[in-house]
Amino acid sequence: MTRNVARAVAVAAFGMLVWGCQTGTVVLLPEKDGKATAVVVKQRDGEVTLREPYAAANFSNTGPRAYQSSEDDVAAQFAGALAALPERPAEFTLYFVEGKDELADESRQIVTAIYAEIAKRPVPDVLVVGHTDAVGSDQLNDPLSQRRAEIVRAGLIQSGIAPENIVAIGRGKRELFVPTDDGVAHPRNRRVVIFVR
Amino acid sequence: MKCVMTDSRTKLHERKRGPALFAVLAMCCSLASAAEIGQVKVVRGQVDLERNGQTLPAKVGMRLETADVLRTGADGSVGITMADNSLLSAGSNSILSLDRFDYDPTTNQGRFDTQLQKGSLSVISGRMAKQSPDAMTVRTPSAILGVRGTEFVVSAQ
Repeated sequence: MTRNVARAVAVAAFGMLVWGCQTGTVVLLPEKDGKATAVVVKQRDGEVTLREPYAAANFSNTGPRAYQSSEDDVAAQFAGALAALPERPAEFTLYFVEGKDELADESRQIVTAIYAEIAKRPVPDVLVVGHTDAVGSDQLNDPLSQRRAEIVRAGLIQSGIAPENIVAIGRGKRELFVPTDDGVAHPRNRRVVIFVR
Repeated sequence: MKCVMTDSRTKLHERKRGPALFAVLAMCCSLASAAEIGQVKVVRGQVDLERNGQTLPAKVGMRLETADVLRTGADGSVGITMADNSLLSAGSNSILSLDRFDYDPTTNQGRFDTQLQKGSLSVISGRMAKQSPDAMTVRTPSAILGVRGTEFVVSAQ
């Protein structure tokens, strides 16, 4: 009898110990563009989905335990990691004169801003993403968007940016800036987006 | 219909400049090595990079490859950018491994799996996670995080 009680106490104590064993934390941060996002936390014994800013979960031996964190908590607990985050990519969009690989006038000033951004970054690398409007097939638009990106890349190289630091890709008509039906021409969709990182 | 003309006109126009463009394309494709998946942008204190069983000090500007492991010391922290615009940074006493990074930039489809073996990590997910909800995971020894296009911090003991 006493042995059983002792065993029950031991089991309960062990259970509390295990239950209290925290093995990590995750905190969802507010989104810059305010879009809905989430992190799904999976452990062997359970799953929690974080959806709101500063929604958090502790990992434990009995599965994730949700709680509400705060800006101050995160700043205190993750100061080192947060301070080492690289600067966010700067984004620029260049438009083309209809039917040409020539930049629209409004885009010429942006080129100056792109160079300024590149000069500002300690080890700049550039992602150049070409897009087309929704006219034509992927077979036509993928290479066309790639060529638009390559033209911009060639321009950057000509201005002294090291070729190994610029990657050009084409997205075809998969990411329309102005949503249109398929087959619709739109000048705002014929563009090249440049990310300076 | 007018735009089909426009686009094919562009195409023709560009085809005339064929040789120069092909040269540029050829150069691009040889340089855009598939092995490179990201770049070290921030290094503070002691940070090591393990690759193929070798350990070297991590330096700003270093290119990253799949299966690289970053280790930060007691005074260390490191920040990296990935090819799909994801940003990650680890605080002190952390071990972060880049287990898998398959990225198709044309479709933004792919798979990005990292593991925080210990320490702390902040993440701003990139173009892949934005495109498809299951493209990116962060593992810790006790949990798996599915990233639905977002910013978060995580720690592992």
